[in-house]
Amino acid sequence: MSAAPDGFALLAAAVIGLPLAGAVLLMFLGRRLGRISGVIASGAIGLSFLSGLVLFGRLLGTPGDERRFVVKLFDWINVGDFNANGEVLIDQLSVLMVLVVTGVGTLIHIYSIGYMEGDGRYARFFAYLNLFCAAMLILVLADNLLFLFVGWEGVGLCSYLLIGFWFEREAAAGAAKKAFIVNRIGDFSFLLGIFLISNEIGSLSVSEVNAGAAGMGATLAATGALLLFGGATGKSAQIPLYVWLPDAMEGPTPVSALIHAATMVTAGVYVVVRFSPLFEAGGTTALTVVAWVGAITALWAALMAAFEYDIKKVLAYSTISQLGYMFLASGVGGYSIGIFHLVTHAFFKALLFLGAGAVMHALDGETDMRKMGGLRKSMPVVGLTFMAGWLAISGIVPFAGFFSKDAILAVAWEAGEYALWGIGLGTALLTAFYMSRMYFRVFEGESMVPRGVHVHDAPKTMAAALIPLGILSVVGGVINLPGLLTLEHFLDPVLGEPEVPHGLTAFLLAGGAVLIAVAGIAAAHALYLQRDGAARRERLIGTAPWFVTAARDKFYVDRIYGRAIVAPGKAFARFCSDIFDKRIVDGLVNGIAWVIGRSAQGGRYAQTGYIRNYAVIFLLGVVIIVSFMFFRIGVGT
Amino acid sequence: MTEVPPGYFLALAGLLFTVGVVGVLIRRNAIVMFMFIELMLNAVNLFFVTFARMQGNLEGQVLVFFVLVVAAAEVVVGLALILLIARRRASLDVDNVRLLKW
Repeated sequence: MSAAPDGFALLAAAVIGLPLAGAVLLMFLGRRLGRISGVIASGAIGLSFLSGLVLFGRLLGTPGDERRFVVKLFDWINVGDFNANGEVLIDQLSVLMVLVVTGVGTLIHIYSIGYMEGDGRYARFFAYLNLFCAAMLILVLADNLLFLFVGWEGVGLCSYLLIGFWFEREAAAGAAKKAFIVNRIGDFSFLLGIFLISNEIGSLSVSEVNAGAAGMGATLAATGALLLFGGATGKSAQIPLYVWLPDAMEGPTPVSALIHAATMVTAGVYVVVRFSPLFEAGGTTALTVVAWVGAITALWAALMAAFEYDIKKVLAYSTISQLGYMFLASGVGGYSIGIFHLVTHAFFKALLFLGAGAVMHALDGETDMRKMGGLRKSMPVVGLTFMAGWLAISGIVPFAGFFSKDAILAVAWEAGEYALWGIGLGTALLTAFYMSRMYFRVFEGESMVPRGVHVHDAPKTMAAALIPLGILSVVGGVINLPGLLTLEHFLDPVLGEPEVPHGLTAFLLAGGAVLIAVAGIAAAHALYLQRDGAARRERLIGTAPWFVTAARDKFYVDRIYGRAIVAPGKAFARFCSDIFDKRIVDGLVNGIAWVIGRSAQGGRYAQTGYIRNYAVIFLLGVVIIVSFMFFRIGVGT
Repeated sequence: MTEVPPGYFLALAGLLFTVGVVGVLIRRNAIVMFMFIELMLNAVNLFFVTFARMQGNLEGQVLVFFVLVVAAAEVVVGLALILLIARRRASLDVDNVRLLKW
């Protein structure tokens, strides 16, 4: 590792510091700044993006194999042998993540200027957004596990604040709590992983952990990796900790876009990829778990998405599903493919969320897809950009999602994991189906919008975010176009080269993926756009009504968690509060006070209040003491 | 001129102190009680001075100064309290000031 070139420290500090400074400024002066706070926040994150771009450019200027610099920003904890400093790791992976977080983040900030217009807590919203980005940037840049954990927890905190932004609504407050608590469970596992690694390797530095992972022994490494992965399942909403994400839709829509595209949920994938040597050191155990959890989550969430009517919840399940793909890719060794999908997903998922937000904005906050339809004519900009996002996530050539999803399936195939490949393919079919269902219900067909709702296209600030994201969703795939621009090879020095199929296999796999996507879209077309679609739907549901009921009720997972975990937890809390605290602890304290009070009761009568009485007693005391001293001295001599 | 033997001083001081104690015990007027307390303090001062002379050193006399200073401070606080009580209750009878008891 060579010394970092001049200016890297400053640039890295600017990347993290600008949004952080924006957050602090808006927190203290936001009320006074009023309307321009949105511009300030967008400027802060925009400048952070520019700093990231400069950093990226400078990084490209260094030789490919030496693009790995650790820069110390500040001293933090140095106690004896234990060192945890504010050090950032600048390499291909972290800079790429910085660009995604700040780039997509900037667009979401700009969109929010229009979306949050007229909200009573306008400035505070932007303060939280900036803080969210800053925490995420700390997470992706940190070279130190403890520093990384600061960002990790900061992201959790901001998600809580933003999901519960409209905390007057009970559902929003509950969703915020749920997100925070479920994430805490993952964080606990993550923290245990940090302890284990710190104990075994004696260092918290990312580079040293990765270098020392092989020496840990397979069992320990697998344990540590799985503990970290436990944290990732919380942040990245994988089975079994995904339940918070659909509820998180209670937050303002730009927040959903931010959580799902740029910050928060990508953190888990990033951590798995960042610590890939640790996962590899654990033999196949850890990676197999990662791949299977990802694959099952992908399918599971896609099934729920196919039956959901809430436009934002469909997108939430789709995020869970797509994150599953990323873990699947990482689990079979295609780390850079996972990151590639993370990037393209950030483009189209941010786009889809912002589009959904624009639809809600136009329909006075309506989220039920059954009350939409035919909106493409009345809102062309949103309709067209949404179409780009829809085709991208469905995996149609040449949209961004095709390249990344096909690459994931290909890498699973090449790894010989045909079962995983099959699940991935099935999920791709479902993805194309539910996204088309959504698009058709919202933008095509007959309008179901109630009378009196004035539908309008997205305002300027919203369009300003939608259009670039739309373009990125169309052409974003080129960053990993075989033979032209290769993200994979850019990341190779960090993550190693993934094994992808070549020649005819590659084309057959890609063709299969596209066919599956087209099949999904055709199925949705038959069920939702054609004249007798409703009847067909009835017949289809009639074949397995119990399944549809289960899917609509989130496969009862929330209920099971409620019964098995939340209810006993609440009962225990009630026991602690009503029985243990109120009766035993308070009883003990009050009992002591009562005993002393009663015994003091008698003593009160000795107090007459007459000074003379006190003086007599005082005098008697003096006489006794003096006579005692007198006689003692008398006897002594 | 013959020297007065110290026993006389001690007897006088003891007498003053006893008068002070009895006065504090039997009187109810706050100002008068206060004066008796001062009397006791001065009786003690007389003891100190007498003993200092008997011992032939200055320690007793030095202590007298301390007693004086403390007494002055005590007068300030005490008189202030008495003044406030007098204003509030229009009476100096200490038996009236027994509000904190049961």
